[in-house]
Amino acid sequence: MAAADAAHVPAEPRRGELVNMVRQDCGSCHGLTMKGGLGPALLPSNIAAKDPEQLRFVILHGRRGTPMPPWSRFLSDAEAAWVVDLLRAGLPRD
Amino acid sequence: MRGTGDLGLIVERAAGRVKLVETTGRSELASIDGLGDLSHASLVYSRDGRYAYVFGRDGGLSKVDLLRASVERRVIQAGNSIGGAISQDGRLIAVANYEPGGVRIFDAATLEPLAEVSTGAKVVGITDASGNRFVFSLFEAGEIWIVDASVPRAPRVEKIRNVGKQPYDGFVTPDGRHYIAGLFGEDGLALVDLWNPEAGARRILAGYGRGAEPMPVYKMPHLRGWAVAGGLAVLPAIGRNEVLLVDTATWREAGRITVHGQPVFAIAQPGGRRVWVNFAFPDNDTVQVIDLPTRRIVKELKPGRAVLHMEFTARGEQVWISSRDDDAVIVYDPASFAELARIRAEKPSGIFLTSRAFMTGF
Repeated sequence: MAAADAAHVPAEPRRGELVNMVRQDCGSCHGLTMKGGLGPALLPSNIAAKDPEQLRFVILHGRRGTPMPPWSRFLSDAEAAWVVDLLRAGLPRD
Repeated sequence: MRGTGDLGLIVERAAGRVKLVETTGRSELASIDGLGDLSHASLVYSRDGRYAYVFGRDGGLSKVDLLRASVERRVIQAGNSIGGAISQDGRLIAVANYEPGGVRIFDAATLEPLAEVSTGAKVVGITDASGNRFVFSLFEAGEIWIVDASVPRAPRVEKIRNVGKQPYDGFVTPDGRHYIAGLFGEDGLALVDLWNPEAGARRILAGYGRGAEPMPVYKMPHLRGWAVAGGLAVLPAIGRNEVLLVDTATWREAGRITVHGQPVFAIAQPGGRRVWVNFAFPDNDTVQVIDLPTRRIVKELKPGRAVLHMEFTARGEQVWISSRDDDAVIVYDPASFAELARIRAEKPSGIFLTSRAFMTGF
């Protein structure tokens, strides 16, 4: 995760909780491996061309007219930015 | 030599593995590996209860032999799939795919591909129906399709259009007569009478939210296995902490019950008096038990973190509940709510007992 801003990186154990949330709860729709499901694929190749700021916004506020819900109740702005970095780099294997 | 009637499989979603269990001694018998990406996996059983057909997110279709605890055959049949069904005669397996959108039909014995029905949309809520038919919904298209596979290589498709916005799942009632699709994009459900499909889909519970803004949905309800008991169907209210009761004679609302969170599954306890409900993130550490005659919640359990599924034995003396984030499956006595057993499992999701082999819609 060389591209990640070090200031964003959450400390453990929160970091592990966030990885589990992304894999398991985001994975309910996007697939445990982020290759897509009812929601679109979120592999690095799928999102490389997207604006990270917009991705952060969608995570926090959802997308109207689609099932994507807002996650701002569960994530701070900085954590959402870190989740974008995580997805752009690819989820760790475990 | 042994029978398979007391066996079952538990999906370990992150490990690409299923655990073989038995419900007589409530123990684990074996682990079966090599099933690919099992996020959102489901399975159906052969009519003799020996084989399971496992549908993986990676498009894998695996035929698992319960007696040998091994994968007998496996094919990758699409890019991204969500579930499947077995035909009334047990000879065909239909797999519902997201990418590319459609249904593929396979020979249950050999997994040889027989036919493909392209839909151009994500397929959800696939089920079997009488006459070797398969019924499913199309998420983006808002349609319900009925595929008659009585000539397996030349399936006939009947399309019901404009059933409602964004059907997200569907199921067939236990008597096999009605197919119900839940709608994400609007308040209501679509009902098809399979005795009379040419009449199209009828909207039921339209406007159940009464104009109130729904809450965000952090996990879609699953309709397969939803409770139909005592003349009532218990259905999820999308984006609300409610289950809706529908009179199955008139298909009109018969009441609603406020519950702990947004319901994911509502499962009828055999006997039909009680319904067990689990919930979406972030309320997913709780299971509530509803008494239908009094319409009250008579018990609240905290089986563990991230409860994903509940499965009763056929006669209802045990209920098996998976807790994903505690890596455990807990077996309860539904009468006393006593814990009978606790089985370790890695990130368990679906629990599938072989009694499903004999039920339409499973």
